[in-house]
Amino acid sequence: MRNVGPVIRERNEQAAGALIGYLPVGFPTLDESVEAAVALVEHGVDVLELGLPYSDPVMDGPVIQAATQQALANGFRLADGFEAVRRITERTDAPVLIMTYWNPVVQYGVDRFADDLAAAGGAGLITPDLIPDEGGAWIAASERAGLDRVFLAAPTSTDARVRQAVESSRGFVYAVSTMGITGARTDVDSAARALVARLHEAGAEAACVGLGISTAAQVAEVLEYAEGAIVGSALVRALAEGGVAAAGELAAELARGTRIQ
Amino acid sequence: MALRAQTGPYFGDFGGRFVPESLVAALDELSEAYELAKLDPLFQEELAELGRSYTGRPSIITEVPRFAAHAGDARIILKREDLNHTGSHKINNVLGQALLTKRIGKQRIIAETGAGQHGVASATAAALFGLDCTIYMGEVDTERQALNVARMRLLGAEVIPVTAGSRTLKDAINEAMRDWVTNVETTNYLFGTVAGPHPFPEMVRDFQKIIGEEAREQVLALTGALPTAVAACVGGGSNAIGIFHAFLDDTDVALYGFEAGGEGVETSRHAATISKGRPGVLHGARSYLLQDEDGQTIESHSISAGLDYPGVGPEHSWLSAIGRAAYRPITDAAAMDALRLLSRTEGIIPAIESAHALAGALELGRELGPESVILVNLSGRGDKDMETAARYFELLDGGSAE
Repeated sequence: MRNVGPVIRERNEQAAGALIGYLPVGFPTLDESVEAAVALVEHGVDVLELGLPYSDPVMDGPVIQAATQQALANGFRLADGFEAVRRITERTDAPVLIMTYWNPVVQYGVDRFADDLAAAGGAGLITPDLIPDEGGAWIAASERAGLDRVFLAAPTSTDARVRQAVESSRGFVYAVSTMGITGARTDVDSAARALVARLHEAGAEAACVGLGISTAAQVAEVLEYAEGAIVGSALVRALAEGGVAAAGELAAELARGTRIQ
Repeated sequence: MALRAQTGPYFGDFGGRFVPESLVAALDELSEAYELAKLDPLFQEELAELGRSYTGRPSIITEVPRFAAHAGDARIILKREDLNHTGSHKINNVLGQALLTKRIGKQRIIAETGAGQHGVASATAAALFGLDCTIYMGEVDTERQALNVARMRLLGAEVIPVTAGSRTLKDAINEAMRDWVTNVETTNYLFGTVAGPHPFPEMVRDFQKIIGEEAREQVLALTGALPTAVAACVGGGSNAIGIFHAFLDDTDVALYGFEAGGEGVETSRHAATISKGRPGVLHGARSYLLQDEDGQTIESHSISAGLDYPGVGPEHSWLSAIGRAAYRPITDAAAMDALRLLSRTEGIIPAIESAHALAGALELGRELGPESVILVNLSGRGDKDMETAARYFELLDGGSAE
């Protein structure tokens, strides 16, 4: 298992910062999602975020919804998530985080989920609908299993909640760039810059910005003030439209944004 | 502690706030505004006045002896929320939340709707208060409740058919939440039932509990005693909690929630969440839900769009867990039979949702016997369901209703 903290630190020493790439497990098939994830890493993605398809994804925009709905229709099971992590970490050194809504973890059993994720070589979880206030069981399980846990901070979060996100997270804090859901946007909100500054003030070693990032220029812009840039919908769209090769090409293009300017 | 005194965020092991961080500030703002409003006599008076002069409160009770003859000769008394302006109990909640929207200074409301009753009520409140209004409704429901879509649009609301997932109420809630996450600074979410993240289960209950408070006094005045049992249909559970709440600490009064049994709880096509589900997290709260082994939500089924929901409010899960209320399934067929029976025996056409409670009362009457008094929440009227009923009973093709 490789945790994300050291990788993000290393990329901030050697480059402008880390590029984090999201893909859903099982889209378009389990095999292709594994191939695509490996291709992302081979083309310059530093940390992988693998989404587990879920029936009620309230934080996801249309591109990711369509992909995860297809994965579910193809018969995605939670066990496929662990298998994907295992196959990817056997072939790459990049840390692999799972992005999952909370109910599947609850049903699997929080401790059992943590153990099986660690055994598969996963780095930890990003939990879009779990706030630290409700996260006691997960904080304990991840602490025990040595897993990263990424909580979110939003532009509307109070100072107290920003502090709580920083103190509860391990690996990095996910800074929601704008008020909204996943999906490419032409402008990454200036709210992101202010939020990352607040996270740093509260003691965050690593703040990574997500939601709306789809170009190398946006990656470069975000990495001026944040330790990582997270790209999701744009990669999923590339995979949907042009297959593994197109996803790899986009990753290579996005990785140009991590060069020191 | 009195059961009535229970507040959010937790009802036993249920409730809480399982939401994206982006919504926490708005939920906190709403909670604070609601806590202040609860203690503010001006707010309470304004709400009570709207109840009197706009909704038509108090709603009456009606005893239905010809219907009760089919229920083991128990006495059956209906609480007539169907007579409220807009045709259901949903107006009680939206007027409260719309007043609160004005207080927190937002100009736009959004809402989800299944049968369309909450959507119509929200559109009505938006018109009354001059608010912009967007309603999310599953595409399946916009088709089976087309008349309510027209009503909402006539009232000036924008109705957005939701094509994601199962295209019903749960997906409408997902889409409304996505809208709220995006537009939270200008927009308030008028949640329609006692589910969702804190403060909704508590707040919606408080806006609906007037149903039981009135009915308790009315039944006492009519019969000189409290009822033997109280019956209500349960989808998310707002009308049920509304009529149950005043009776929670009356330990001699049995409380029954009737869930949508669809084509039968032995099939996969039902919405009997407490009867057949298990605890999990959906739409911001921990509660019972219909889900598969992996925690994926299972699509529910009911002939009634308003009960076609795979979750249920956390307070109901708690009342079930502590044994204070019992929850039973009622099939589509039993509900439709009860709908026709009330229409024929009493001249009252109930909503298909409420017909589940009526079918439950028929069962209860036979079990409890002629000495029993059963209070039923007639939560809505059947006008919106005429197309479904006409098809079901073949009323338009020259087919016999017999």
